Amino acid sequence: MARAVTTQRKALNTAVAWTVGLLIFFPILWTVLTSFKTEAEAIANPPVILFFDWTLENYGVVQERSNYMRFLWNSVIIAGGSTLLGVLIAVPAAWSMAFVPSKRTKDILLWMLSTKMLPAVGVLYPIYLLCIQLGVLDNRVALVVILMLINLPIIVWMLYTYFREIPGEILEAARMDGAGLKEELLYVLTPMAVPGIASTILLNFILAWNEAFWTLNLTSVDAAPLTAFIASYSSPEGLFFAKLSAASTMAIAPILILGWFSQKQLVRGLTFGAVK
Amino acid sequence: MGRITLDKVRKSFGEVEVIPPLDLTIEDGEFVVFVGPSGCGKSTLLRLIAGLEDVSGGEIRIDGQDATMVPPAKRGLAMVFQSYALYPHMSVRKNIAFPLRMAKMDAAEQERRVKAAADVLNLTDYLDRRPGQLSGGQRQRVAIGRAIVREPAAFLFDEPLSNLDAALRVGMRLEISELHKRLKTTMIYVTHDQVEAMTMADKIVVLRAGHIEQVGSPLELYRNPRNVFVAGFIGSPKMNLVDGPIAASHDAATIGIRPEHIRVSDEAGDWLGKVGVSEHLGSDTFFHVTCEGISEPLTVRVGGEVDLRYGDKVWLSPDPDHLHRFDDKGLRIA
Repeated sequence: MARAVTTQRKALNTAVAWTVGLLIFFPILWTVLTSFKTEAEAIANPPVILFFDWTLENYGVVQERSNYMRFLWNSVIIAGGSTLLGVLIAVPAAWSMAFVPSKRTKDILLWMLSTKMLPAVGVLYPIYLLCIQLGVLDNRVALVVILMLINLPIIVWMLYTYFREIPGEILEAARMDGAGLKEELLYVLTPMAVPGIASTILLNFILAWNEAFWTLNLTSVDAAPLTAFIASYSSPEGLFFAKLSAASTMAIAPILILGWFSQKQLVRGLTFGAVK
Repeated sequence: MGRITLDKVRKSFGEVEVIPPLDLTIEDGEFVVFVGPSGCGKSTLLRLIAGLEDVSGGEIRIDGQDATMVPPAKRGLAMVFQSYALYPHMSVRKNIAFPLRMAKMDAAEQERRVKAAADVLNLTDYLDRRPGQLSGGQRQRVAIGRAIVREPAAFLFDEPLSNLDAALRVGMRLEISELHKRLKTTMIYVTHDQVEAMTMADKIVVLRAGHIEQVGSPLELYRNPRNVFVAGFIGSPKMNLVDGPIAASHDAATIGIRPEHIRVSDEAGDWLGKVGVSEHLGSDTFFHVTCEGISEPLTVRVGGEVDLRYGDKVWLSPDPDHLHRFDDKGLRIA
């Protein structure tokens, strides 16, 4: 039954939505604003909000002091690499769980998810030691593999959910039409699951991009991504809020822009199959 | 060629045996219909022939070759699914060409065959559309098109018309029969609708709980049902089945009489009854008559001009030449 919504009610809803939205967005806004202040204005009390001397000095200093492009490139490789590798492994895994489930499939899925419930720090020591033993500390390939493994349960789960929405008869039809397993995955399943795969890739890329725990602990110079770049501005020389904010803004800008352009795809993928 | 032989084919899902060992031969060019109530194993049997399910025992031969372990892609059979199972991301042209593409046929030949199939099925104007832009009947045609392009040894149809509305169903039924006459390829058709079975089949296989109850031509089954189940299942409206003292007076546990084999009179006859609901089809009328000593109302078929009212008293007499007698095991008494 449709409910009548009065104009007043609509206005109230709008106001509430904007308030909540602003509340969530405020820290980011504050970071961006602070990045244009001088260090003195950044810690002024009471804080200045808009009326300060806008300056690009912080960005200059940050760029001068550290090579932003190298951190950015590391982030792209680590987030992109771990996502691609994860999807390559997860598509066949999710296919088998969705279309040829065994008695244990449900248990396996739950077990995979349970690994996400373990605090990361719980396995820091073994993984750190392993990296030392293998000589891959501060190594991009090692981070690609580790982040892939950490996000794999989520990728498999998401793809599994999308694949479940695809009628099995269509895959059977492909088999009757002479398609082998490879053709079935390549020409039928994957194209049909494109919205789901795209949003999985996007979400996972964002997760890997923002991953700080492992990147901070396992990198120092060569493989350090943007998360390490931000962290490098936080403590050693005391608290330089304006420069820290400039670094943060530079680190989150690429992913914010990517998210902005792909928001439609992301929402469509996340609600895929929710409504028949 | 498309001769398919099932030799002691058996299927169980875990502990449950859905198809006990079963033998069946389908001759080349035959139109065979598997019919039975839902859950009788007819679709499973078709999927075993297709290779979409593995047999639990026995052997499937296609043209004399053992195909039991051959994957579906290599059996040379084409299948039309109830849900059409079209590829939603491909145009009609690509859908129909898909099996040819999988067979790595050259592009010119693919195009020629797709055109020919589209001609036969009136799809020429829709080749560049996606399945989502087609009506149910058109989608069904695309599914058939995809099956015929590769010239398979046999076609398998799994309840292909059940998603269509009644008028379209009759039309498609004729089209499929027409196609069979033209291609002369073996067709195996699964349905729960005995009218489809009667109108299309060369040979009907009646199944119940995985067992074959009877195999024969539609009229053979109609005239000489081997048991009570087939008698009751084939024919619309259903055969009247009467047991108790009336059956005993004919030396049988159950007698069966088709609605058109009962004579109606308002003066004299064997059974006195009261007219209940009547269904007027124009050409025919079906009366449901409750008779003394018979638990179920009897269905009687008379010409469209006969006019009886609710509650009228009538006499019914079964035609003794068309009386079917069954023993206490439900088997036909010769």
